[in-house]
Amino acid sequence: MKSKLIYDIAKSLLLARWRQTLVAAIGVTFSIAMFITLLSFMNGLNDLLDGLILNRTPHVRLYNEIKPSENQPVLAHPDYKGAYNFISSVKAGITRQEIYNSGPIMQAVKNDPRVLGVAPKLNTQVFYNEGTIDISGTISGIDVEEEMRLFNFQDYVTTGKPMDVKNVANSIILGKGLADILVADIGDVVQVTTPQGERFSLKVVGYFQSGIQEIDKVQSYASISTTQKLLGKPNNYITDIQVKLHDLDIAPAMAVEYSKKFGVDAEDIQTANAQFDTGTTVRSIISYSVGIVLLIVAGFGIFNILNMMIYEKMDSIAILKATGFSGSDVNRIFLLIALSIGFFGGAVGLTLGFIFSVIVDNIPFRTAALPTVETYPVNYSLVFYLIGGSFSLITTYFAGFFPARKASKVDPVEIIRGK
Amino acid sequence: MHETILEAKHINKEFHDPVTVKVLTDVTFKVNKGEFVSVIGKSGSGKSTLLYILSTMDTDYEGELLIDSQLMTGRKDMELARIRNEKIGFVFQFHYLLNEFTVLRNVMLPGLKLGKYSEEEVEHRAMERLKMLGIGHLARNMAYKISGGEKQRVAIARALINDPLILMGDEPTGNLDVRNSEIVFDIFKELTEAHDQTLLIVTHDQSFAERSGRIIEMEDGRIIRH
Repeated sequence: MKSKLIYDIAKSLLLARWRQTLVAAIGVTFSIAMFITLLSFMNGLNDLLDGLILNRTPHVRLYNEIKPSENQPVLAHPDYKGAYNFISSVKAGITRQEIYNSGPIMQAVKNDPRVLGVAPKLNTQVFYNEGTIDISGTISGIDVEEEMRLFNFQDYVTTGKPMDVKNVANSIILGKGLADILVADIGDVVQVTTPQGERFSLKVVGYFQSGIQEIDKVQSYASISTTQKLLGKPNNYITDIQVKLHDLDIAPAMAVEYSKKFGVDAEDIQTANAQFDTGTTVRSIISYSVGIVLLIVAGFGIFNILNMMIYEKMDSIAILKATGFSGSDVNRIFLLIALSIGFFGGAVGLTLGFIFSVIVDNIPFRTAALPTVETYPVNYSLVFYLIGGSFSLITTYFAGFFPARKASKVDPVEIIRGK
Repeated sequence: MHETILEAKHINKEFHDPVTVKVLTDVTFKVNKGEFVSVIGKSGSGKSTLLYILSTMDTDYEGELLIDSQLMTGRKDMELARIRNEKIGFVFQFHYLLNEFTVLRNVMLPGLKLGKYSEEEVEHRAMERLKMLGIGHLARNMAYKISGGEKQRVAIARALINDPLILMGDEPTGNLDVRNSEIVFDIFKELTEAHDQTLLIVTHDQSFAERSGRIIEMEDGRIIRH
């Protein structure tokens, strides 16, 4: 009953000056809409840029690094036990890039409940022969199905079917930049020379475009068995095991664990792509701070309008107090006014923000670097709407707090006698 | 002996800004139920100041104030608001209606605030009072669309909505022409005679005061006749 009365009075005061109210509400609406649009767009862009690298990067990569042995013979000599040895010009010995026991390791990793999937990989250097010119590059032998499932391989194959590279014997998917250099159409045959000096003919079944030109000029994909054949290796020869986890954040710990467990080198995604993480964080900070500044500015707008309203309504406040409304009633009336401006302005702002996001989402954005992207990226995360919504209420609450307190302290005698 | 509605005991008040001036000195008097009391005095004699102390809106004074035999002095803002709402009706020199509301709503607000009756009952009671004061036909008008005399009558209706123990007025006819002043005076007269309503009206209108039941005259912050 009593709160309904206060609500009624607040409503009447608001509607009596609806134009002023509207201006205040539009301030909130505008800032919330911009906040939502900005964050959705920025985060969409973040996701896109991260995805460019991170989606294709294994969370943990197991491999053998070429490096000198840490256990040099002198350390084993009993005479020098406990001594400090200086060895200069240490070289890597015969290091096999192959992962020993790759089959059992893969099986063990696959059975780990934290792991989403495992894909083997086999990287090798080759020369592509274009007439008399040799162009250096790499071929990655991949398990096409797993690569598609875990690393969205199909998104980057712009021409041709990714599965062909598995189904067609001695086939290859060329990087788009490389294909342009080699002038190789689909169905053509390209010559490659392996590090061992063997020459092979491979049939082009598709083009691949990563979005990073430098990669597209050197990288090609073939099936694992084709690559093993190129190198003349048995069918258990792989150089990398790519692991994708359910939770990306535990990758560093997992890398250490696997490295110890399997006696191989392991690299986690955070270490491999530290700069992307930093970029993402900085962009997020920028967009949040711009959004919050917008809201604070709107808050000051509300503060001003409420202050003006209180000066205008001094008489009304005095009469309310004289007829038995207490200071806290008046306080609540003005807080309610502020909060309803925040609530309705915010609600419209969220809707507008969504509409703006949809519009941005439909603006064409075609670039050779990003074959899978056709419009500007937008992230429709509910989190932004929750932040925007609660922030509009919080700022308007604080914007209303001081004017409302002032209104509650109005001395009716002063106003009534002052006339 | 009639029961005492309002009692002031040795009330003193000083203004400190810009210099200390004593505005009320040892004001002591009683108002009994059904009395029509006028407070007169020259400008600056402290009559309005006294009225605002009696209305509980001004709490900055020395001495004691009793309304309905209860001590008002030293109570909290919330309690005093509640007492004003329930026991005191107030009519000002300038109408002081809320322009955002209709006439009816203006009258209803203190009743709704009291919460003793349902909204329908409050509305019914408000209409009763408006009709009694001959302005029932204005109930649906917005408050700023009626004339000054009508506004004052609406303010009286509002003051009466919660059946107050005492109705206080600060120059209620001060801003009205002769005809409207007469109407307002007649309303007061009828209230006290027919409804046994207690009235305490501050005025500088000598003829108004003389026709009321009792006159309290003030000079330099003291009561010189009562």
